[in-house]
This record gives sequence, C-alpha cells and structure tokens, in this order.
Amino acid sequence: MTKVTMTVNGKARSAEVPDNTLLVDYIRENLRLTGTHVGCDTSQCGACVVHVNGQAVKACTMLAASAEGAEVTTIEGVAAGKDDLHPMQIAFKENHGLQCGFCTPGMIMTATDMVSRYKEAGKTLDEHAIREELEGNICRCTGYHNIVKAIADGASKMA
Amino acid sequence: MTDQGIGARVLRKEDKRFITGKGKYTDDIVQPNQAYAAFVRSPHAHANVKSIDASAAEAMEGVEAVLNGHQLTGDGIGNIICGWGITSKDGSPMNMGAWSALATDKVRYVGDAVAVVIADSKAQAQAAAEAVMVEYEVLPATSNVLASMKEGAPQIHENAPGNLIFDWEIGNKDETDAALASAHHTTTMDITNNRLSPNPMEPRSAVATFDESEDHYTLYTTSQNPHVARLVLSAFYNVAPEHKLRVIAPDVGGGFGAKIYIYPEEIVCLWASMKTNRSVKWTSTRSEAFLTDAHGRDHVSTATMGFDADNNIVGFKVNTKANLGAYMSLFSSSVPTYLYATLLSGQYNIANVYCDVQTYYTNTVPVDAYRGAGRPEAAYLIERMIETAARELGVDPGELRRQNFVREFPHQTPVIMAYDSGDFAGNLDQAKAAADVAGFPARKEEAAKRGKLRGLGYSNYIEACGIAPSAAVGSLGAGVGLWESAEVRVNPVGTIEILTGSHSHGQGHETTFAQLVSERFDLPTDNIQIVHGDTDKVQFGMGTYGSRSGAVGMSAISKALDKVEAKVKKIAAHVLEASEDDIVIEGGEVKVKGTDKAMGWHEVGLSAYTAHNLPEGMEPGLKEGAFYDPTNFTFPAGCYICEVEVDPQTGVTEIVQFTASDDFGTIINPMIVEGQVHGGIAQGIGQAMMEHAVYDDDGQLLSGSYMDYCMPRADDVPNYTVSHHSTTCPGNPLGMKGCGEAGAIGSPPAVINAITDAIGNNNLSMPATPSRVWAALQQVSAAQAAE
Repeated sequence: MTKVTMTVNGKARSAEVPDNTLLVDYIRENLRLTGTHVGCDTSQCGACVVHVNGQAVKACTMLAASAEGAEVTTIEGVAAGKDDLHPMQIAFKENHGLQCGFCTPGMIMTATDMVSRYKEAGKTLDEHAIREELEGNICRCTGYHNIVKAIADGASKMA
Repeated sequence: MTDQGIGARVLRKEDKRFITGKGKYTDDIVQPNQAYAAFVRSPHAHANVKSIDASAAEAMEGVEAVLNGHQLTGDGIGNIICGWGITSKDGSPMNMGAWSALATDKVRYVGDAVAVVIADSKAQAQAAAEAVMVEYEVLPATSNVLASMKEGAPQIHENAPGNLIFDWEIGNKDETDAALASAHHTTTMDITNNRLSPNPMEPRSAVATFDESEDHYTLYTTSQNPHVARLVLSAFYNVAPEHKLRVIAPDVGGGFGAKIYIYPEEIVCLWASMKTNRSVKWTSTRSEAFLTDAHGRDHVSTATMGFDADNNIVGFKVNTKANLGAYMSLFSSSVPTYLYATLLSGQYNIANVYCDVQTYYTNTVPVDAYRGAGRPEAAYLIERMIETAARELGVDPGELRRQNFVREFPHQTPVIMAYDSGDFAGNLDQAKAAADVAGFPARKEEAAKRGKLRGLGYSNYIEACGIAPSAAVGSLGAGVGLWESAEVRVNPVGTIEILTGSHSHGQGHETTFAQLVSERFDLPTDNIQIVHGDTDKVQFGMGTYGSRSGAVGMSAISKALDKVEAKVKKIAAHVLEASEDDIVIEGGEVKVKGTDKAMGWHEVGLSAYTAHNLPEGMEPGLKEGAFYDPTNFTFPAGCYICEVEVDPQTGVTEIVQFTASDDFGTIINPMIVEGQVHGGIAQGIGQAMMEHAVYDDDGQLLSGSYMDYCMPRADDVPNYTVSHHSTTCPGNPLGMKGCGEAGAIGSPPAVINAITDAIGNNNLSMPATPSRVWAALQQVSAAQAAE
C-alpha cells in the first residue's frame, strides 16, 4: 500500500491505495469522481483525460502514486464555480458536440489543453490542427464534425 | 408551433450532466456490499473442457466464490436463445446449437467463458481468475464461412451438420433466372462485406443485486432495451420471474446494436449475486469487448444484375453466405435474411429478384445486428453492382440509377417490402447540386496536376426502419411483437412526465420527445421530463434499435397525447361552459376560441386531480397510456456522393467531400438528426476504409485492441455536407421515417465507388486501406505494362 496525497479540483485529497493503483481508478473509485471514464485498456481512447499540473494526461497511463503532490483537475473541476460552466463545456452543448456523452469529459479536457497550448505558443488552432490534436480521443457517435466545431467555438470563447 | 416544437433546433436537455461529468453510467453505480466478477475465458477457439481446478483461486485473498457452468446449468439457468426462427428452403427449422452462459463441456470461440470469480475487489477477482486452472483438449477450429462449409470442417455444434444453420431463400428463382438468361447485359461480382466490431465507447457493464428478504433482483446494465432483457432473463434464462426482477439501463454510452442482446455476463452476475448474497459488478475491459461483444456484417456474396437493351434492370440474383459465429445471438438469424434480402430491390423497379442465404457456425464471437443490420450489406451489394454496371455499359452512374428508380408509391417489390413513399430523383438532384457534380471533371483535372487521382462515387440507399409491424414480423419468425408503449402523466401543477419504452443511448430522446409534447400543448420543454430505461417505472417497451424510436416510440407518445388532449378539452369545456370543439390549447392556456374565456394549463391539471368540478362520470386524474403497433416498415432513403483523392505513390485516400441528401420524413430536431447522420457516415467510412475484425485460421482474434482495430479518428474523416429532401411517411401519425442508421447504410458503397473510380480498378474490397489501394493501383500499372 502507498499513501498518496494530491490536490484534486482544488481540494487536498489523501488515501492509502495499493501500489499499482492507476490514477484513473483512484479518481473514479476512491474519490468517486465518475466523470472521468475508462473506454479502453491500451491508452488509445482518451475517455480518461484529466489535467495533471496543467497538462492533459490519460489517467490510465499513470499510477496514482506518480501524481504525488500534483494538482489534478477533472471534468468536475473545470468550471469556475459550482453553478458555472467552462466556455468549452458550453461550446460542446451549443454545437451538439456530444451524443452518448461517454467520450465527452475526455474530449473537453483535451480541448481545453490544446487551446491553452496553442495560445501559449502563439499558434493558430485551425480545423486541421484540431483534428490532428484529437488523435488520442475516440468518439463513436458524432463523426467528429460537431466536436471540431465545438472546439473551435470553445477556443474563441476562451479568448 | 412553439419555438421548441417540431422542426426546432432545440439544444439538448440531457447535455448538462454529460458535459459536467455527472452522467450516470452503469460502471458509476456502487451498491452496498458490492463484489466484483472476473471471467475465466477460453484462450482456444475450439476445445473440450476436460477439467477446471479452482482450488488455488478459491484460497486467494478476497475471493468469495469461483463458479462454473455445471453449477449454473445445475441451478436451472437456461441456455441463451435466438429470438427469430428462420425456416430453410426445405421447410426444416434452423439448427440452433446450445449456448450456456458459462460453457460446460466445450468452448467454441476465444473468449467463451468457462468460470467466474467473485471477489471483494476488481484486482482480486482478476488475479484469482488467472489462477483458475482449466484443462482443455484443443480441437481444430474454423473462423470463416468458406472454411466452415468445407467437407471435413471441424463440427462446432452436433445438431448442425456441416456447420450449416439454415439455407433460406426469398423471391422467385425461376423467373429471375429466366430474366437474367435473356438479359442484354449482365454484371456479376463477388462481394465481401467486412466483419466489424461495434465499439460503443462505454464498455458493457452489469451490477446485479439479489435481495434475499424480498426474493428480488435488481440489474443495472448497459442495455438498449431493458424490458426485453427482463423478459428474456425471466422467461428463457429462469433467473427470476419478471415481477421479481427490475432491470435498469441508466445512461448508456452508445449501443449501435451491440447492447441489444442479453449476454452471458448479465445472466452470470444475477445468478452469482444469488449464490453469494452480494451485489456483483462486472465491467468489460476493451479487450473483453473485442472478444465478446457481438460483431457485425461478415457476408460473402455473389451477385448478378441483368439489364435489357435500354439499360432497364430486369433481374437481380444474389447468393450470400453469412457467418453467425459460434452461437446464435438474439437477433442474429434475422440480420442476413429479413433485414437484408428484403431490401435487395434497392431504390429500383426490378421485376425479378431472388436471393438465397446460407448461414454457418464458425469459431468466432457471435455476429448480430450492428448499426444498419443487414441493410448496409444490401445497400453495398446493390450500389456496387449498379455503379459497376454503369461503367461496363458506358453510361453515367447517376443517370442509370435515375432511369431505374421506383417512381410510383406504394410500390410492391418482389421481396416482401411495400415502399410507401419517396422521391429518389429529388434526393439525387439535391445531392448532385450540393456536391457540384458538374464541376467534377475540372476538379479531377486540377487534382491530376498535383499528382492526385480524384474519383466520385454515388450511393442511393433505401432501408426499412420503424421496426416493425408485430403481425408481419411474427409471420416471418420473430418471437416478439415490435410495437412501442408510452404513458403521459400530467401532474397537478401541469408539468408533464412521458414514460417511454424507447431507450436513449446518445440519440437525445429527452429533448426530441419533449419537443413533441411542446408542439402539442405549447409548453416549454423544461416543463417536460422523459422517463425511460427502468422496468419499475415504465410498464413495458421494446427498446431502441432499427431506427424505431421516432416512428414507433414517438407514435405511441402521440397516441397517448391524443387521449390527454381529449380529456383536457372535456375538462376545460365543462369548467368554462363551452363546447369541446371550441377549446384550443396555446400559450400555456386552454381557451375558448374567439372569446376571452380561458384556464391556465396548470389549472386544468389541478382540476383533474382535485376532482371538485369534473364532467359527470369522468374519472379524476390526468394520465393516459397507449401502445402503438406500426402498420408497415418505414423507408428512409437518400443519395450520398463521395469524392476522394488518392495518392498513387502511397495508396493513401483522402475523402475531400462527402454529400448526403436524406429523406427521413418529418424531422423533429434537425440538429440531432444531422448529428445522427454525421456519426453514421463516420462509421460507414470506418467500414469502407479502416475497420476490420480479423480472426486467423485458428480462430484467434487479431484485431483485439484499438492498436489493431482501426477506429476512425478526427483526422481520418471530413466535414459532411448534410441536407434533406423529405417526403412524409404515410404510415405513422407523425410522418417520420427514422434517421439512426442511414449514414452507416448509405456511405460504404459511395466511398468504394469513389475510390475505384479514382484508381481505375474495380477489384477492391473493404476496408480500402492504403496497402489495398496501392496493390490495386499496381494491378492497373501491371495491366498497362502488359498491353
């Protein structure tokens, strides 16, 4: 067993977990933050994307113990306040960028990360770039058309 | 109408919980005293089970029980059934092999479960499952129909000699043969429809709870049809009687057909919960999903289409061999028969159609309905054939289609279906205009300057949806009726709950169904709640598949709304002292036409429940139910045009334009309908260019992860140009046809027709991967060099 301590969505959290506990299982099972999903077992689908110290990470590729001391943000923590929505969340709704909703949290976490990175690097996040950046997130419902639109819209709203 | 009624692009009510991570999927549910199941699965495609030694596993920490198939059958749990009986040409019934939820003496595909471990944690269950020692006697295996039908092939089920399940036919053989014999031109092709893994993003999951004090079971499960699950679990698998079994399908993360069926894991979790007196949870890994979720398609066909001297189609003859896997899944038999061959007339007026279908067992996971289910296979066959025929005849492929279109409705095809409406030429014209087909030669020339091969392909699909008239499907072998039920509850404060037997797993029913009510009573959709997916709340329902929720599910709601409307008008007429005929419902009020007399909508609700002043003899309350049984299938149809560019150096194909013109009849929410088409097209492009579920000759699955099975990613697909040219469906009160499957049905032939047009070689199978396209290009070069 290993004691892990990290800040999740702004709150200090700590628990004793088996050494091999994945970050995603710690988030889902220990913290009961079930918005982070598991869609595969080969780190391909991106349903489990969270932010660790401000970077998008597939939470299934990381041990909880590796996130010791980290700042972790999940879909439940992206909005500014309890009754608020993040501009990217609004953009997914307004552009019908989701259907079954299972890949959506990972998509939104990936999207906000890509917008921040492009802004920091002073690069333009055009449609082609959005599609390439979504390489690690699979959606089976939408055909991506409206996800791409949502991210472009969300990016402009985040400006 | 209100601004939230029929035809409005209302944003989805259900989105808030999904975008905030508050969706409630089955794996999110935790029951008190919950244990976890892990399955011991066969690593062999075909083997006798000699012994199972669970002693080491049972001794491991946290292990509650290790259970096997002999215990399961010993407790009277029934074999898994196929719910649609097919009769062979010779009148004999289909050869259904026994399928136990846990195999007893023999395993028949890689992933077939032989035992289950129940333990305190998921990790403990998985570790113990690996410690269960199973001794197998490995048998030779077969993984495709051509191997299964060979003389001396391994015999998979004793009661299916030669692995043949049934040999079925439809249409008129002699007349079709005669028409083809006297045809001026015939086109013959061998066509394979590639096997697919459905891959809803949420893996299957089940949480079963046995309550000993009540002799009652609760099952949370990833189901498209929880009532059907309860019926089958009760009536056939003897898990519990229906009134002692509650099935809940909460938020479900995509289905695409794969979550219609009742799988071994759900049966085992329920039974194991009773055995251990604990809640039992199982959630599939993606690896297990590839091994055990029912696959789709997998047809091998030979077809001949004949034309007269004026290029009219005179006959169409097809032989299809379909792989149904190791066992017959719930609706597997209907897919390559009544959902397939009944659509082989396509959009065309063909006097003579004949198809015979042989289905075989193989040592692979069962094959059943996957988005489109039989209709994509039919559309692919017809649309590849007619495009090829146009090339052989030297005529424009769009115009060859046009001259053969069915133009008068109703139209009785030679293969059961009676098309009720459509304007196929209208869809063709709309798609051609949107795709700027006239400008294609110039674009092709420009692409050639950049070293790219540009091609254009059509697909004019038709499908049968709104599944289905109960008596009709019953006469064809279905074990169930395919009506739908609905209940409308108007609360004393005027808010409304709609209980429906349809199930939403991404389709947006909470919004679309509310729009129907908004339209009828001129109320905001926020005042309307849709309740579905729980057998304790909704009386009964047949679930969602076959694009039936609109045409059948909403028709049931509409019927119930008729009854509510009639009662509302009676109450208002009584209270306002007016004639019922003069009562109108609008703007949140129930009014007497042409006067200032009115009641608030909520006041009518309150009147119904206080019952202080109701018409003589009227029962209190405002709640009505209805069952709707469709009178015919519905026939969504359309024209898809795909334009591609191929890099001849690499075989890499880019879809540069994809245009759809669909006829879905009445559209409630265009935003949602367009989303359905986008997703369907992406799945069709996946089938055409990327996806392939592959077993080796020994029955090992080679495409068992997202590293081996190529799912379409955002950079693999284009933006889609989607438009509608609709005719009203005369068969249901709303005029709806259904939109859920069209994209996946219509798009594969358009893509392959475009690529073969670009490369000048028709010898190309799905998935048209870069290596296959490149190889096809080399054939062209070799042929040119030889000339």
